[in-house]
Amino acid sequence: MTVRPGTRQIPVADGLFTWPSDRPRLIGAQCAGCGLVGFPAGQACERCGRTEVTEKLLSDRGVLWTFTTQSFRPPSPPYDGADTAETFRPYALGYVELPGEVMVEARLTEPDPARLAIGQQMRLAIVPYSVTADGTEIVTFAFAPVGESTASAPEEA
Amino acid sequence: MEAVIIGVGLHPFGRFPGKSAMDMGADAVRAALGDAGVSWPQVQAGFVGSLEVYNPDAIVGRLGLTGVPLRGVFNGCATAGTALSLAARAIETGEHDLTIAVGMDKHPRGAFAADPSVAGLPSWYGQTGLYLTTHFFGMKINRYMHDHGITHETLARVAAKNFRNASANDKAWRRTPLSVEEILGSPVLNYPLRQFMYCGPDEGAGAVVLCRADQAHRYAGRPVRVRACALRSRRIGAFEVQSPSLPAGVQAPSPTVDAAREAYEIAGIGPQDVAVAQLQDTDAGSEIIHLAENGLCKDGEQERMMADGETEILGRLPVNTDGGLIGNGEPIGASGLRQIHELVLQLRGTAGARQVPGSPAVGYAHLYGAPGVSAVTILST
Repeated sequence: MTVRPGTRQIPVADGLFTWPSDRPRLIGAQCAGCGLVGFPAGQACERCGRTEVTEKLLSDRGVLWTFTTQSFRPPSPPYDGADTAETFRPYALGYVELPGEVMVEARLTEPDPARLAIGQQMRLAIVPYSVTADGTEIVTFAFAPVGESTASAPEEA
Repeated sequence: MEAVIIGVGLHPFGRFPGKSAMDMGADAVRAALGDAGVSWPQVQAGFVGSLEVYNPDAIVGRLGLTGVPLRGVFNGCATAGTALSLAARAIETGEHDLTIAVGMDKHPRGAFAADPSVAGLPSWYGQTGLYLTTHFFGMKINRYMHDHGITHETLARVAAKNFRNASANDKAWRRTPLSVEEILGSPVLNYPLRQFMYCGPDEGAGAVVLCRADQAHRYAGRPVRVRACALRSRRIGAFEVQSPSLPAGVQAPSPTVDAAREAYEIAGIGPQDVAVAQLQDTDAGSEIIHLAENGLCKDGEQERMMADGETEILGRLPVNTDGGLIGNGEPIGASGLRQIHELVLQLRGTAGARQVPGSPAVGYAHLYGAPGVSAVTILST
């Protein structure tokens, strides 16, 4: 998955990540009471139940805690990828631990489990996962192994 | 007053075109009543669980409109634990003398598909392909294998055992034995889990009749004691299904660990006393993890246990003797009552070709599912 310059893109949901942005960040929330960081924002604290939370931009680097793969097209709805059972391309997903903040479940840009390893360094990438009838790409957040380049989150950033 | 089980009934699990979940449920109830030697009007209260049937209590229309209070219950894959627990509790508190727990379901083929809002999750979670409970099972066992040295072959051994046990169970769905090689040769669905390492949603029903221990002599069935029922939800820091995020640096055990500890304590029975166990094997990895989470082995010990056949019917600690979820599929509302049905047969000594030798005295049943809930039941002779 790469982001093609000039293609119109929209995020899958507002408030998930800063977009458009040269260096996008996930938008989490920190509890005003106990300090627990959660993602996505906009929910009560999972530890103490307080509803007073403040928005917090999360680290765009982390460590792969675990992963798996999705080898067949998920039931649709709710999945709304523009693919079909025949054109579906397997993807991987995992939990990435953003140190000191939170573990986030996300798609991974590398679909091959043989090229993923628990403990490897990952960085945030914004990637298209679907496309609308008029060609607008729908983008979501993902994590890429550090060292793998994507247009939206250049390695030198 | 202690509750005892005096009757169990099970509609076979599998696919039954043209037969409704409620008709399967009614068959299971009739079988359980027959097993106990009681008639429907003697039932004073009941608890009925289902995912697909919106009004499971409507089953009363097929059994006799006696005015009996029937309550619908639901806790995902732990639903039957709740039905049985409440049916036992109604006796323990003295409210009723004779109660019933019922579960039934009829799921469409394939992976469960629902809008994430039914679990309180945002729409994007489903749109982008993250809302599949199977992802959790793949991710949890992948990490567990990394931490505790469990191999792919051990996953396959668990599945092979459960298919083999199912082949001796005429009420099981998948009765064709599969070799470790065949299982390792099946396609990966969610790494490291392969097609033949998973259970599938299917159809079926179960029912359990309970009464006060001091009245059990009035009925036909040989009573089996309900020693403990516990249900726990996830704590902060547990690695749990359907979690867009989890806290970093905060770790808590699975609700299975909490439910198991509570159940052992209530029963005054320890893991070393368990003679036969039914553990939630949504997939082969789950059975491996649940062995440790229920206190039945140490983390990592499973590798040797599976190689040595310790969880086989003739092994030291037989697990999922009727084929488990892998061999029977999972009609969610009924699945846990299938476990109870099997344990009751084992404790009575009437499990036939799959009977655990040596007159097992303690049976252990465990359920786990979304959104991070576990139910444990301990039975004894």
